[in-house]
Amino acid sequence: MTDAVEFVGVSRHFGPVRAVDGVDLAIAEGSFFAMLGPSGSGKTTCLRLISGFEKPTGGQIRIFGEESGRVPPNLRNVNTVFQDYALFPHMNVRDNVAYGPMVKGVPRAVRAARAEEMLSLVKLDGYGDRKPGQLSGGQRQRVALARALVNEPRVLLLDEPLGALDLKLREAMQDELKALQKRLGITFVFVTHDQGEALSMADRVAVFSDGKVAQVGTPEEVYGKPRTRFVADFVGSSNVLPPALTQRLGGPARWSSLRPESLRLAAAEGAALAGTVTALRYLGAGTRVVIDGPGAELAVLVPAGQALPAAGARVGLAFDPAMLHVMDEA
Amino acid sequence: MRSDSRAPLGLTLGAAAGLLFLHVPILLIFLYAFTTEERTYQFPPPGLTLKWFAVAWNRADIWPPLYLSLQVAAISTALALVLGTLVAAAMSRAKFFGRDQISLLILLPIALPGIITGMSLRSAFDVMGIPFSTWTIVLGHATFCIVIVFNNAVARFRRLSGSIVEASLDLGANGFQTFRHVILPNLGSALLAGGMLAFALSFDEVIVTTFTAGQQSTLPIWMLNELVRPRQRPVTNVVAIVVFVTTFVPVLAAYYLTRGGSETAGGGK
Amino acid sequence: MMDFRPVTLPVRGPGDRLTALFWRRPNLLLVLLLAPPLLWLGVVYLGSLAALLLQSFYSIDEFSGLVVHEFTLKTYLELLRPSNFDILLRTVGMAAAVTLGCAVIAFPIAYYAARYARGRWKAAFYLGVMLPLWSSYLVKVYAWKLILSKEGIVTWATDAAGASAVLNAVLALPVIGGNSLSTSYIGTWIVFVYVWLPYMILPMQAALERVPQSMLEASADLGATRAQTLRRVILPLALPGVIAGSIFTFSLTLGDYIIPQIIGSSRLFIGQAVYTLQGTAGNIPLAAAFAVVPIAVMLVYLALAKRMGAFDAL
Repeated sequence: MTDAVEFVGVSRHFGPVRAVDGVDLAIAEGSFFAMLGPSGSGKTTCLRLISGFEKPTGGQIRIFGEESGRVPPNLRNVNTVFQDYALFPHMNVRDNVAYGPMVKGVPRAVRAARAEEMLSLVKLDGYGDRKPGQLSGGQRQRVALARALVNEPRVLLLDEPLGALDLKLREAMQDELKALQKRLGITFVFVTHDQGEALSMADRVAVFSDGKVAQVGTPEEVYGKPRTRFVADFVGSSNVLPPALTQRLGGPARWSSLRPESLRLAAAEGAALAGTVTALRYLGAGTRVVIDGPGAELAVLVPAGQALPAAGARVGLAFDPAMLHVMDEA
Repeated sequence: MRSDSRAPLGLTLGAAAGLLFLHVPILLIFLYAFTTEERTYQFPPPGLTLKWFAVAWNRADIWPPLYLSLQVAAISTALALVLGTLVAAAMSRAKFFGRDQISLLILLPIALPGIITGMSLRSAFDVMGIPFSTWTIVLGHATFCIVIVFNNAVARFRRLSGSIVEASLDLGANGFQTFRHVILPNLGSALLAGGMLAFALSFDEVIVTTFTAGQQSTLPIWMLNELVRPRQRPVTNVVAIVVFVTTFVPVLAAYYLTRGGSETAGGGK
Repeated sequence: MMDFRPVTLPVRGPGDRLTALFWRRPNLLLVLLLAPPLLWLGVVYLGSLAALLLQSFYSIDEFSGLVVHEFTLKTYLELLRPSNFDILLRTVGMAAAVTLGCAVIAFPIAYYAARYARGRWKAAFYLGVMLPLWSSYLVKVYAWKLILSKEGIVTWATDAAGASAVLNAVLALPVIGGNSLSTSYIGTWIVFVYVWLPYMILPMQAALERVPQSMLEASADLGATRAQTLRRVILPLALPGVIAGSIFTFSLTLGDYIIPQIIGSSRLFIGQAVYTLQGTAGNIPLAAAFAVVPIAVMLVYLALAKRMGAFDAL
């Protein structure tokens, strides 16, 4: 089976700035794929390379096996939900949704019916006559979604789709997007800087750093088995242990990661790891205790209800050796 | 700045006096159009009459300049609309080499005093042996009207969410469909406003025109001649009212068309 | 499940083909957009400016009255002749006086509009400044001809107020006085100030709008009186706006020839010199050289203004 999108050694340089630098990626058909990374890591540029708003300065992008280098954005059967939604302010919601069919010459009655169908898909029945300015942020996002999906794209691109919504709405939309993707079977590629969003929605996650892909894998893989220090730190703020410390804990002389939730507080005497508590951060479901350990600062997630040490106290740390993940990075 | 306190009395008086200073003189033009005194600017007018409107209507020497002014303003506005919109479209896109120089070039015809633009064109016509015609006037007017259209259009381009053009392409529209269905509807009122201001500016222009018109007479040139060698003074007032209204109405319309935006018309004259 | 929907949509005509071409070569579109306006401005405007400069380096044959098409600095030297140099000094002096007058009258309006006018009043202020700005220039000048003439409203008003003696005393002043206000430098100055005033108010107001209220409160909080706050805080902050406005008032005064022709004494300003020289006198080289002076003055002025940060207020 061909991949929906395939990057082969793709670069996009802006003068001396290497926004995307030698990226290889394969996005399987029908998957929900997340591009995760901090701002400036190249993830949005990658999305724009797929939609055609950026052109690679090197390498090839194939969409369902077809080389896209000479295909302009309007001829790519790929649609985008823009970060600011980019609804046409002078058109009502129905005309916004019917825009794609309209420019392709679909008769008025047919496209109006399709627009209504799409609006009902995103639960906006009866909103057709409103102007985008009269809608809430969440509603605008649904319109943007309907406007893209009405074209039946082979790939749907979403640029920080939930970034502008408040927390509660964001969580509801996460579930809805996921369900919609399952139902339609269209390949979704979305860009986010929120690791929680990427882990909870995507089938596969690509973690971007400095224009390169640091790791691609299932959410479990990038969370549990980060390949580099960057991934370990960015995805879930894991403890990153330097080679000397890894060795002391019985591993090879390599960088390793240890999740805060894998650590437990123990008595200082006789513990393989011990240190002084420097800070406590209450998170609701638990408390993040920061300890100044040997050669590294270590965070421990103490579940709510358990006893907490005082700042300045000396504590020991215990963990299941199986949870110590040795990374590829030397 | 924001304040809930009340303005000091001196400041209020100063501001009010300043605004009166700006407006009262124009009102006098209206008053003098009705005076019965023909030879001097006597105040207060010895009597009031409506006859000058009829006299002005029947003066054969007023109509050709009026037609010429309307013709020049219409052609110059049309040219400025096309050229100004093209530059604005180019300038609203990504940065490119020479961008600052181009904005300076657009601004120059209005930033430098009118006699320079006028004298430059006059020199060029002289060097190249071009005879004066309607087109020599248009050449000058269109040049300084470009910046008016440009200012209005570029501000609107900037305010338009950049991604709506991309969204249109993304949804399958080609460049021409995008222009027609997305750019033009959003740019329309700004262009209309720019066009109206350009028309008002051209219709009223006298300094550059005196250098590029030769023996031809636009309405402002006709007025200028009347100011230097007055014949029936109240007739000049009637024409002044016509000129005033012909510029005032489009300017007011332009203001209402662009109100609420950061680009409110007129700031850039 | 096989999906037969196309990956690439079919090309449907020349619009799509051109779009694809512009997409592949974005610079082509940029060139096509810029070519007509740049050709126009480059050829018509820059070409003319070049012609102006060129003409200013020609001279006129004193006997035949014909233009000699040879490079010479003779024409520029003629500018230094006392009668011509007086014109330059007179014009620059008037430009400076007009700028000063505009700044003083503009300040209360700009300050009130920026600090106290709200909502409806704010819009009214804006229109109140913008409409005179855009009103017909000639009509405005004409209005002042009516006001300042010997039998006009000013004479009437001073008579009615019993202040004729004051008016006569002012008109009796050497140099700036004259037969009536409409034939004196005072009259010229008043009209210049009137016509260019909006150009000073708008940038000044823009600069004052940017002064945060908290800064004024801080000044008051630190014990400054109203006058001290005005002098030490508001005026310095308004200065970039004043300079931006002065660029307009200065440049416009330098280049105007209609106002001094209609209202003022018979002594010439640069604009009038240019106009008469190119017209009746037929001395285009000297007219061109005169026209170069405002360009030079403005370039110096702009360079100074730029160093004082005036362009942030435009």
